[in-house]
Amino acid sequence: MRDGQVVKGVNFRDHRVVGDIMSLATRYRDEGADELVFYDITASPQGRSVDRGWVQRVARVLDIPFCVAGGIRTVADAEAVLNAGAEKISINSPALADPDLIDALSHRFGAQCVVVGIDSQRTPEGYRAYQLTGDPTRSRPSGRDVLAWVREVQARGAGEIVLNCMGSDGLRNGYDIEQLRAVRAVCHVPLVASGGAGAIEHFAAAFMQAGVDAALAASVFHTGAIVISELKRALHAAGIEVRP
Amino acid sequence: MTDALIIDSGGANLASLRYAFARLGATTCVSAEPDAVVAARRVILPGVGSAADAMRRLRVAGLANVLPRLTQPLLGICLGMQLLFEHSAEGEVECLGILPQRVHRLQPSPERPVPHMGWNCLHTAEVDPLLEGLGALPYFYFVHGYAAPVGPFTLAPVEYGESFSAVVRRANFWGVQFHPERSAAAGARVLTNFLRL
Repeated sequence: MRDGQVVKGVNFRDHRVVGDIMSLATRYRDEGADELVFYDITASPQGRSVDRGWVQRVARVLDIPFCVAGGIRTVADAEAVLNAGAEKISINSPALADPDLIDALSHRFGAQCVVVGIDSQRTPEGYRAYQLTGDPTRSRPSGRDVLAWVREVQARGAGEIVLNCMGSDGLRNGYDIEQLRAVRAVCHVPLVASGGAGAIEHFAAAFMQAGVDAALAASVFHTGAIVISELKRALHAAGIEVRP
Repeated sequence: MTDALIIDSGGANLASLRYAFARLGATTCVSAEPDAVVAARRVILPGVGSAADAMRRLRVAGLANVLPRLTQPLLGICLGMQLLFEHSAEGEVECLGILPQRVHRLQPSPERPVPHMGWNCLHTAEVDPLLEGLGALPYFYFVHGYAAPVGPFTLAPVEYGESFSAVVRRANFWGVQFHPERSAAAGARVLTNFLRL
């Protein structure tokens, strides 16, 4: 989400408007999505918190879990977003800037409420967590090793981790299975794969080869390239338990 | 009089519950006043946060002794269901004691991370007005790290590494471990059924 419109980029750049928030939210609800994640991508780079009016409008129509991310820097920011109707809050750049925020949020709202998003890049030195990725001109490495960060956020009380593999994001060539497996090995809370889904078999691979608990996608659903109900039927046929 | 009173136990996140009832055309109010709770047609006990914090807030509000004596339908949701039991391991706290047994922490395993977050199916359920019309394999959305054992008051168990109570009932007290307000059509049906009690 950016400035009231749903946008999607490739490798976190060149974001294009793909549609209206409310029509996409109701469409995904009706097609059987199991959760909606709402990222206000310019909130952190612009030094503000997610637009609560939009959170509230979406929450009113959604009857599925609703996770909200974007510039949540304090317990008060989180409380406002939860009071607007979100189930969970996802933090990324603010957690890198102030890791104690994870402890504070987990203590106040419970681990089940606190998702940590990690934007990860492969580098010659290993996987590195990036911050402020919603704005290509400000996106930069945090200096943290992803696997060490995954361990740390769990110890601090994160209840779920969303791993956004930036190298595969928006390209639709499949999730980065190798990276997801590496993170799965050190992640004992629910792990959500993100970045690169382009075909139904990519989802199946994330579940069966990387052992993730959920798979997140944007482009393929926004464009209609994959219809959620068909995806779920195919996953079920492949022996993966999904809500019909 | 509103259709249901939602107890404001001081945690956040009453909005999604209120929106869910609004989508069903039902009116709700939010209160922690013992007199209002006693007078309500139906009572919802939600819960976000820890059992110890929630029990402390109920005691401060003067509700810890009031809730077990209510006679109208009450629905505890998620932590709200766990508070109906005798004791919770989350903070080692004495709870409302409406149901015997103790709430324990789910044991994580490599295939079953904790907290448990996700959609699970109720494969079996007792016949009960709260669970009418759900169809053969209803899926509900669960988010929790603690669970109540299967016992004499379990209406429906659910399986996640171990078997625990998904739905419980004792007299006018019902409890669901899942979030009906976030469980799509199946959840809406449970809330609709509750509004008919």
